[in-house]
Amino acid sequence: MRNTAFFSMRNLRLAMLSAGALVFLAPYIWMISTAAKSREEIFSSSLTLLPQHWALWENLAKALTRVPMGQLLWNGLVVCGLIFFFQVVIAIPCAYAMAKLKFRAARTMMTLVMLGLLIPIHATALPIYVALNKAGMLNSYFALSAPFFISVFGIFLFLQFFRAMPDDLIAAARLDGMSELAIVNRVIVPNAWPAVTAFAIFSVVAHWNDLFWPLIVITGSERATPPLGLLFFRAAEAGDDYGALMAATLIITLPLVAAFLLAQRRFIEGITLTGLKG
Amino acid sequence: MHETAIANLLPADRTTARQAAIRAAKREERVAWQLAAPAILLIIVLILLPTLAVFVFSLTNYELGYDDFQFIGLDNYIELFGDRTFLISLKNTAVYTAIVTPFSVFIGLGVALLIESETRGRAFFRTVYFLPVASLLVAMATVFQYLLHPTIGPVNAMLSMLGIAGPNWLGSSSTVLTSLAIIGIWQSVGFNMVLFLAGLTAIPRELYAAAEVDGAKGSWERFRLVTWPMLGPTTLFVTTISVINAVKVFETVKTLTEGGPNKASEVLLWTIYQEGFVYLRVGYASAMTVIFLAFLIVLMLVQYRVLDRRVHYT
Repeated sequence: MRNTAFFSMRNLRLAMLSAGALVFLAPYIWMISTAAKSREEIFSSSLTLLPQHWALWENLAKALTRVPMGQLLWNGLVVCGLIFFFQVVIAIPCAYAMAKLKFRAARTMMTLVMLGLLIPIHATALPIYVALNKAGMLNSYFALSAPFFISVFGIFLFLQFFRAMPDDLIAAARLDGMSELAIVNRVIVPNAWPAVTAFAIFSVVAHWNDLFWPLIVITGSERATPPLGLLFFRAAEAGDDYGALMAATLIITLPLVAAFLLAQRRFIEGITLTGLKG
Repeated sequence: MHETAIANLLPADRTTARQAAIRAAKREERVAWQLAAPAILLIIVLILLPTLAVFVFSLTNYELGYDDFQFIGLDNYIELFGDRTFLISLKNTAVYTAIVTPFSVFIGLGVALLIESETRGRAFFRTVYFLPVASLLVAMATVFQYLLHPTIGPVNAMLSMLGIAGPNWLGSSSTVLTSLAIIGIWQSVGFNMVLFLAGLTAIPRELYAAAEVDGAKGSWERFRLVTWPMLGPTTLFVTTISVINAVKVFETVKTLTEGGPNKASEVLLWTIYQEGFVYLRVGYASAMTVIFLAFLIVLMLVQYRVLDRRVHYT
């Protein structure tokens, strides 16, 4: 008796999880299905998932030709790359100094970092925009990336990680006559690799997906990032050619989703790093 | 430098050693400053000064394009609380947050509990529920626009099969916030689920055994007596993060509704964006930003307070 009840309980759980999963996957399923349908078929609003007449290539071709898709993806890559490079190069030495050196300002720095964690880009956007505007630097990779060169969260994360590193490692390197900068480069960074990858994913996902800041500093499609480009595309298509629109969303969503599926564990670690913020 | 070192050689080795140590410490301090300097500079330039500037701007009538501006005291703030759009915006943000937070927290918890207790397909389900977090929200919002389309959208097509006339989800002022909230929930459940999964694995197994000894037989009893109290800090944390993220809703509003119809989806960041970056009323938008920032700070303080009082077993 108990056994059968146990099994039905298990199956109920599985059924609930599966039903939920279907709801969560539905947008992706419809995105792919609609990207493969012709305009007429979409407007007939039938509930079939498989198109009667395949129009996937036409829709993809529309998405690729009416919007400089390659340029968008490249812009996204450049901006995320610049941001990540500067964040790491600036945060790691600082975190090392705070964690491992006799640094009297470390406590004050910690207060600064905690304060910085409270303040999102939405709060600092206006003055930074005014300054970039005055300097005539809007519509550039610099405008897109510079406000994020400092990641107080990065400092916080690396600080936690470095504190757990054994001091002997650093003492040994010092005895070998290494300078502090060389220690950071050749001892700390190689040992901090898990933290660096997790932070990389956190940073890239955040900035690849960001719409708020690019929307503010970019006006043309020349320097637009993928989310912004998608907005431009929607405006140009007047939003009613859903086949082409879904093809465009498919192309733009694919890079990160593919990366996520390939390196799930790292991704989940990286993105939920925000979870450490408190 | 050299002479003092020699002079100190005689009295005792201790003093030389101490001096060397002081010198080393000084050198280390200098190196530390050098390593931290770029970070300190950028924190000041990109975070502290702009935050300060927002406060100063909020006391002026500064508009981009006009170079002269006057300090007008608290006039912007006084204007804000008579501004219908801003008040609607505050109300909508509150309503949106009040819908999204409980649903995304409890669905996240529910999914985490189910995944934790179900051995089959664990990795698969975790991936599926987390997928929206890793997806481009602007793109997925576009998909939702199609799904919720009043005439050609699959959602209303399914509803009509059941004999229900579906609403104009994103186009009617009575349903637009709910529709945006559904997207918000869909997008954030996976994130909360992962945090809850981490919290669940941290609960010691012995506690469940102990609860069973004490007579907690059913799974509901075990949840009520062990899981829920032990998850306290995680739940609090997930709730705070969810509230903060909900207050920051912007992407879906910009992509799908632009605050409409008839200001029914006007939310805080959208209003700030419009005033500051479209109408270029920097002073006025700064005052709104100060209020937005005040909300965030209060939320964080509440979290710290509650954490301080409640969590002693970490």
